[in-house]
Amino acid sequence: MIWLEKRPAPSRLWAVLSPFAAIGMALVAGAVMFAVLGHDPLEALYVYFLEPLTSAWSIEELIVKATPLAIIGVGLAMAYRANVWNIGAEGQLVMGAVAGSVIPVLLPGWNDPTALLAMLLLGALGGALWGWIPALLKNRFNANEILTSLMLVYVAQLFLDWLVRGPFRDPQGFNFPKSVTFEGWHVMPAISGRVHLGTIIALLAVVALWVVLNRMRYGFEVRVMGSAPRAGAFAGFSAARVTSASFLLSGALAGLAGIGEVSGSIGQLQPSISPGYGFTAIIAAFLGRLSPFGVLFASLLLALTYLGGESAQLALNISGKTAQAFQGMLLFFILAADTLVNYRIHFRRSGAGEGGTP
Amino acid sequence: MVAGMGGREENTPPPLLEVRGISKHFGEIAANDDVSLSVRAGEIHALLGENGAGKSTLVKIIYGALQPDSGEILLDGRPVTISTPARARELGIGMVFQHFSLFEPFTVAENIALAVPGRHDMRDLASRIREVSEQYGLPLDPDVLVADLSVGERQRVEIVRCLLADPRIIILDEPTSVLTPQEAARLFVTLRRLAEEGRAIVYISHRLEEVRELCHAATILRHGRVVETLDPRQETAGSLARLMVGSDIHDVHAAPPPEMLGQPLLHVRDLTLPASGPFGVALYGINLDVRAGEVVAIAGVAGNGQRELFRALSGERRAQSRGVIFIGGRDVSLEGINARRRAGAAFAPEERLGHACVPLMSLTENVVLARHATGEGLVRRGFIDHAKARETAVRIIERNDVRGGRPEKPAQALSGGNLQKFIMGRELDRNPALFIVNQPTWGVDAGAAAMIRQELIDLARAGSAVLVISQDLDEIFEVADRIAVISRGELSEALPAAQLDRERIGLLMAGAHETAGGAA
Repeated sequence: MIWLEKRPAPSRLWAVLSPFAAIGMALVAGAVMFAVLGHDPLEALYVYFLEPLTSAWSIEELIVKATPLAIIGVGLAMAYRANVWNIGAEGQLVMGAVAGSVIPVLLPGWNDPTALLAMLLLGALGGALWGWIPALLKNRFNANEILTSLMLVYVAQLFLDWLVRGPFRDPQGFNFPKSVTFEGWHVMPAISGRVHLGTIIALLAVVALWVVLNRMRYGFEVRVMGSAPRAGAFAGFSAARVTSASFLLSGALAGLAGIGEVSGSIGQLQPSISPGYGFTAIIAAFLGRLSPFGVLFASLLLALTYLGGESAQLALNISGKTAQAFQGMLLFFILAADTLVNYRIHFRRSGAGEGGTP
Repeated sequence: MVAGMGGREENTPPPLLEVRGISKHFGEIAANDDVSLSVRAGEIHALLGENGAGKSTLVKIIYGALQPDSGEILLDGRPVTISTPARARELGIGMVFQHFSLFEPFTVAENIALAVPGRHDMRDLASRIREVSEQYGLPLDPDVLVADLSVGERQRVEIVRCLLADPRIIILDEPTSVLTPQEAARLFVTLRRLAEEGRAIVYISHRLEEVRELCHAATILRHGRVVETLDPRQETAGSLARLMVGSDIHDVHAAPPPEMLGQPLLHVRDLTLPASGPFGVALYGINLDVRAGEVVAIAGVAGNGQRELFRALSGERRAQSRGVIFIGGRDVSLEGINARRRAGAAFAPEERLGHACVPLMSLTENVVLARHATGEGLVRRGFIDHAKARETAVRIIERNDVRGGRPEKPAQALSGGNLQKFIMGRELDRNPALFIVNQPTWGVDAGAAAMIRQELIDLARAGSAVLVISQDLDEIFEVADRIAVISRGELSEALPAAQLDRERIGLLMAGAHETAGGAA
């Protein structure tokens, strides 16, 4: 019989090892999955995880895809540290993209650096306000933020769908559900190839949130509320305030990622603007152990699963959905491996079952 | 006297339940020390004692949840081994717990089905529940969700669940602590009927009046030992209280209070707060003054509103209107804990890990926890001055002899006594004008406890006001200049310690001042 025993103190070793154990187990499970699909597992894993790293073009693409994951992931990591469960970053991303696109779509004449700055600010604002709704519902009605934030994702997606088919549709766009193509300062300046300004924003966000989390009172508040809420009350921190702040911050970052995608990578609004970055960023946050620099590396790894999915589709004719399978397995294994931080596994011959005291 | 302690005559049947020489140690503490008890069929037998006297340990042993180190248990005169609660139920022993273990989203019948092993025909079970509940005057609808039941009704579910097994011995742990007086009266009717049927009832309580009203015999425990077994109907509440609390321990009062008391640094006027949850206690019309130079202590049995009072005074929960709580002359009724700290107050809650400290955080960070907004510069422009916090932690550790304490060490790595010394040091280091502390030496070794008590007295004598909430009467008599008693959310007037004795306090603890309406 397998027995889990609580450790007297969390294991530091496993706190470091668990993401690697999760990656290892996901690779093994992935190999099994490829074998079952009738492919040579080693070749498939090579195509999936190593080939994308062999060309400059695909490394640029890796950075492009890691950028929104990192921006959203650090914000989510801060929220999760505070025990605030924002699952709706995908919706906040969409609303950020919509709010930021107001300028190129409705005010196309304003096309200078201040317009780009305004787009970014509007993007952050749109995401923050959309994220604020679950916080208000939680603080006022004690509504579960996991459900409300998730449900608002679908509201946001349908809202975007309606916009690009209606008011935001390009009049010269042959009735395709797309907005005008962004031009000039409405497009994020490129750094190298497809890599754009958003990457700089991602790096700044990682460093800034590391400073906030480890050096500032707000970060302290977040860590206290997440690990001992009653001690937080003793410190004079307010749970409602931390809930609001966490949603505003993670929503703003998701919105920023959204406008970054639309302005930097896609160049216009369309019905679908994200391959689920807002959800994959949840995995990035956990795989990165809810620490800003950890999230950065986890984002690169998860971006690789997107690329690998594409190249496996091309080279091996495997469904692109394998990327989602890998992401799911990673989350599953990281949550499982995290158990080992707090628990020790024991193997026993039989469990002496005590009679059930109520 | 009905319940003699001597040997029984040949012709009387052996007692239904007999406990002989039970001892149980937890570490160095003897929770039960050579405890003997016998309960006859048809008898309601009280187990009386303060918190920590060993009542719960004893009944857990009888119910099979704990194994004794030595001693034996006899049913009908035959020794038995009760290895598990399931075995206890097989032997006809049932127990009703103080805190209910019911699942709110399920119905009464489903909850009962969950607790009784084996498969059930739910319709049959529901009709049996109806039958038993009607038979014993415990009206209960088996199809109602537990979430919709009052506390008294939830207790009925527990009792009916216990009765369905048709036990011969029923143990009730503080059953009236959560009931209104009317609900309690109804419960007594049921218990008397159960006893008349020839069952034995073991009734744990510290409410003396109800024990005198209900019970045929009482065994009084103190510090794990049986003090006396007697007939409570022949005693007064006062004599029971004296036995319970122990008059043999002499009153210590080392430091004389100062002649001239200063300003009231804590002034509470008519503080009333509704209960914040199903197991919370409401506070009713609390009045209290603590002056510069004195230590005021609040005595009381756990769960009578101490926690709630602490939270209200600290500002973790704010008052409902202005003009209720004044610290240093300032109305802080609607202010939070940090504003109260800046007004000169310091606080030390009962629970060290999880309330006074974040268990996984370092001592340095735990200094920041309580002092980040006290205006001493630990946080500047939103940034934490880690070096300064660490310096403060080092100073606290050195001055208060916190053994094994290093600023980087997580709070949970310290022993209880050393962590408490650190917490006290963290607050006293600020030189507070008012210090409010809940259970200052709970679970702390004797040496550390003595040191902490001395610090409390010294702080008061240096001109601060000190309020100590404690369940430990020894501690209260050692440190307090004036003593008030809290019972069911009401606070008695704080009287000079010299005018009080243990009997009087025991009576107040059992609720004598509540209905007396100022006559006490």
